[in-house]
Amino acid sequence: MDRLPPWADIVLVPLISLLLAAIISALVLLSIGQSPVEAFNVMVEGALGSAYGWGYTLYYTTSFIFTGLAVTVAFHAGLFNIGGEGQAQLGGLGVAVFCLSLPWPHWSLALAGAAIGAALFGAAWAAIPAYLQAKRGSHIVITTIMFNYIAAALLVYLLVDWLRPTGQMDPASARFPETVKLPTLDTIPGFSLIFDKPVPANVTLFLALAMAALVWAILWRTRIGYQIRAFGKSEAAARYAGINPTYIIMVAMLMSGGLAGMMSVNNVMGEAERLLQNSSEGAGFIGIAVALMGRNHPVGVVLAALLFGFLYQGGAELGLWTSIPIEMRIVVQGLVILFTGALDMMVRMLLTRAFGLMRSQKLGAA
Amino acid sequence: MDYATLLQILDSTLRLATPLLLACLAGLFSERAGIFDIGLEGKMLAAAMASASVAFLTGSVWVGLLAGIGASLLFALIHGLASITFRGNQLISGVALNFLASGITVLVAKGLFNQGGGTPQLTEGARFYELTLPFAEALQDVPLIGPLYSEVISGHPLLVYMALALVPLSWWVLYRTRFGLRLRAVGENPAAVDTAGVSVTGLRFAAVAITGVLCGLAGAYMATALQAGFGREMTAGRGYIALAALIFAKWRPVAALWACLLFGFFQALALRPDVVEAVVRVKVPVPFLDALPYILTVIVLAGFIGKAIPPRAGGEPYVKER
Repeated sequence: MDRLPPWADIVLVPLISLLLAAIISALVLLSIGQSPVEAFNVMVEGALGSAYGWGYTLYYTTSFIFTGLAVTVAFHAGLFNIGGEGQAQLGGLGVAVFCLSLPWPHWSLALAGAAIGAALFGAAWAAIPAYLQAKRGSHIVITTIMFNYIAAALLVYLLVDWLRPTGQMDPASARFPETVKLPTLDTIPGFSLIFDKPVPANVTLFLALAMAALVWAILWRTRIGYQIRAFGKSEAAARYAGINPTYIIMVAMLMSGGLAGMMSVNNVMGEAERLLQNSSEGAGFIGIAVALMGRNHPVGVVLAALLFGFLYQGGAELGLWTSIPIEMRIVVQGLVILFTGALDMMVRMLLTRAFGLMRSQKLGAA
Repeated sequence: MDYATLLQILDSTLRLATPLLLACLAGLFSERAGIFDIGLEGKMLAAAMASASVAFLTGSVWVGLLAGIGASLLFALIHGLASITFRGNQLISGVALNFLASGITVLVAKGLFNQGGGTPQLTEGARFYELTLPFAEALQDVPLIGPLYSEVISGHPLLVYMALALVPLSWWVLYRTRFGLRLRAVGENPAAVDTAGVSVTGLRFAAVAITGVLCGLAGAYMATALQAGFGREMTAGRGYIALAALIFAKWRPVAALWACLLFGFFQALALRPDVVEAVVRVKVPVPFLDALPYILTVIVLAGFIGKAIPPRAGGEPYVKER
């Protein structure tokens, strides 16, 4: 079979997948009697047309960078971590516990503390499925799905019976103290020139970008990163080379869970300023789409997270300003995952055929 | 706890176990043929929306049921296309289809009825109603067995009895027919089936289609029998509980029945925390009862209660040798 040139594989395949998802989304909109062009304009205007819109887009982007990186790290070890949702919710618990239990003098210290707390809790939640996969051969996909539901139930229990302040009706923790409030982009010198209205995007964005760089450095510039990638490519070869499978599975999943957990710094500490039920709001699942779209590379993940941030904020704008329901963004998200993750072979087959045709025409002309 | 309360709980156990059982048998066919399906949830949801909408619009629950099966089949075929024809990642395809179903059901329901993403209440012929089995009234006064028969076993919608009948039927199809033998073989060793001159693709598509039909029944039951209409996200993770039950049952039909009844029992208990508290004499948090099916499944997966071994070729696309 003909092979695709590398640039086509990296750039063209995701682009065409995205295009197909967009076409189907447009058809869905047409079928419910809405105008795709108008919808697209509203999304672009609302998400990217103003600094205010960007403030929301970047807020969502921050969350998706974390969960996208989480899926990426696990994926390089050949593990499909579908439990980002539960790990992120546990991360939120970590943030709440650290923010509420210690008297933080300054937000920067609180940020460091909460990030560590979130990572620890998220990693701990990933550790059990990882151990079961490594030692007892239980399929990590199924166990992490189960752990998502167990996490949701655990949080309902903790919020209702333990974290809820007396006299409060809704299941949520107490509000975090004012001192741990993270600066949003509109209050940071320099950025405040661009963002003139209060936006939810906050300093966690820089933490996310730093994590992307760190993940790149670990995966491609350290011994453990090499071992993780080798293990993911071929378990048998890695084993033969003396790489300990249990160690790799545990390390990769702990990193993955930690990253998913750190997402909660952005939404729980940066935005809600208290722990709510279902705090992660599906961002853990979007991480799967982000990692797929970003080709499991940190740079790709950051770009894909931006794309999904745009989709998320744009989708919210649709719900606000048009009669198109906000759920449209879930449809688009599903289509993007379907085309980039499950039907990519279809796109590749089509492209290979197209390239083959072009090549034979060139040969014919010569 | 008195006998009447026990009967009430057993009655709702059967009602709540039915969608789990249908979805679990659906997953059984797919996974036994080597196609992982974590998209049971999405198919049920799509079927629930389609069946309730069509039943409301036509006034006939049977047309609604067909529409539900149709919607679920469509999702099943997309899954088949992605995982059989284009050899894509079956888990990712399942995740994608769950998202798609979650969004599109609300979109369509809002477009049709504009009622916050659900359908209006179904009435009269647009619902499945409880059937009274023969002699239910006559036997009511027989001590112990009488109330058990008339309250727990009798008085359910038709789909409940269909689901129960599907258990031996599935067993018979899988273990006593040529199709079943081939279906199981294709999940263990597709190359052997191919060598015998039987189409791997054809068998797997057949299995995925059966999954579609059964998930359609499960979804239609949710919206037209268990409840009177569709509400957003009404399946509430039942597709995943069914998946858990399938693993708990170690991919066997009769064991699937017991697993689903057990998980249905937990769901019924979660509705009656007062009864649980009276029996164990400690306050049991409701979320714990909700999480119990998942916790048990993890314990089974960890190999502490026997060993759950999935079909060997599960999740792997088959590439014919050239």
